[in-house]
Amino acid sequence: MKTKYDPTDWITHITRIREDKDQAAFAELFQYFAPRVKAFLMRSGADATLAEECTQEVMATLWQKAHLFDASRASVATWVFTIARNRKIDALRKQRRPEPEDLDWGPEDEPDQEDILSLQQESEQLGRAIAALPEKQRELIEKAYFGDLSHSEIAEQTGLPLGTIKSRIRLALDRLRHAMK
Amino acid sequence: MKMHNVKHHLTDQLLMAYSAGSLPEAFNLIVAAHVSMCDECRAQLASFDSVGGALLDGTDSEPVSQDCFAETMRLISSGALRPEKRSPARGDAASILPAPVREYVGGDVDKVKWKPIGMGVKQAILPTSKDATARLLYIPAGAAVPDHGHRGMELTLVLQGAFVDETDRFARGDIEIADEDLTHTPVADIGEDCICLAATDAPLRFNKLIPRIAQPFFRI
Ligand SMILES: [Zn+2]
Repeated sequence: MKTKYDPTDWITHITRIREDKDQAAFAELFQYFAPRVKAFLMRSGADATLAEECTQEVMATLWQKAHLFDASRASVATWVFTIARNRKIDALRKQRRPEPEDLDWGPEDEPDQEDILSLQQESEQLGRAIAALPEKQRELIEKAYFGDLSHSEIAEQTGLPLGTIKSRIRLALDRLRHAMK
Repeated sequence: MKMHNVKHHLTDQLLMAYSAGSLPEAFNLIVAAHVSMCDECRAQLASFDSVGGALLDGTDSEPVSQDCFAETMRLISSGALRPEKRSPARGDAASILPAPVREYVGGDVDKVKWKPIGMGVKQAILPTSKDATARLLYIPAGAAVPDHGHRGMELTLVLQGAFVDETDRFARGDIEIADEDLTHTPVADIGEDCICLAATDAPLRFNKLIPRIAQPFFRI
């Protein structure tokens, strides 16, 4: 019996979805991520109905694209984030999102276990570093990602001078970089 | 589209906003184009995406309705889900435009519908959302783009040749980030005609009379 969600475990879930179309694995993944995706979309300006509709599409996309997930390039949470963000741009902003061209990854498609492990460890480290940011800095980073706001819009909303916002975000990024060294 | 010696990169602010998805489409396009040409910014972008992932992981959740899971399974089995598009494939080594730009043009440079804007300079506006403008600029070797300032931010990415202005020299892959404080006159290098992708969030402000009158007509 699994009671604790271990981030490396999500990779196993994705593998089970990809290889066995395992609905139980998908249900667990859903239970964890769907409410977070919905929260992200609502904080980006969607009402509850639209957010729920988009959440279903994001989660269905996960199921459908499970074969494209590469655990040596991103954590499962990051992968979910990028799918949710793209859905946000499409549904809320009604814009296309140009993506960079694909890199050539060479013929050896099977990702290296060591790369997977170090990426998962870095993801956990980053999560802890973000949680440890001074509250004022963390709030601004969250607004920048989840509020769908430019720096000047954050300035308008918070009443803080633009310079303060920029320097707080810069300080936060410096701290994260330092923590990831 | 592997690049060497990119000297002028995107800022953290732009990479973070691209990752968060809060930039206008024209800016998303130029960021995607630079990242296609620059491994350093590609790696930075991956870090910003993981910040997004970590924030999603740590966020308070919003309860979903009881039938949300069942609806999702129905959506999957209905096959109604639009396939999300994959990253554009890279072109062959000879292509000048990076893949995301080719998608807006419908091909490489030979497919661009140039319109002359005077002094040998040509431009083509790309179809993006109206909150910002993306255009390709063709500057003949040795020619200058009229002296101009900006009301907002202007990003210029060199795709072929090079240009020099009051601040520095910019070659293929380099991006210049100019704000309202900069009034500059980019001049194309003598060696080769220069092709750039430029994105602005406000109309340019030309300092000479004729271009300023022309501005509304040419949408520059
Ligand atoms: Zn770069």
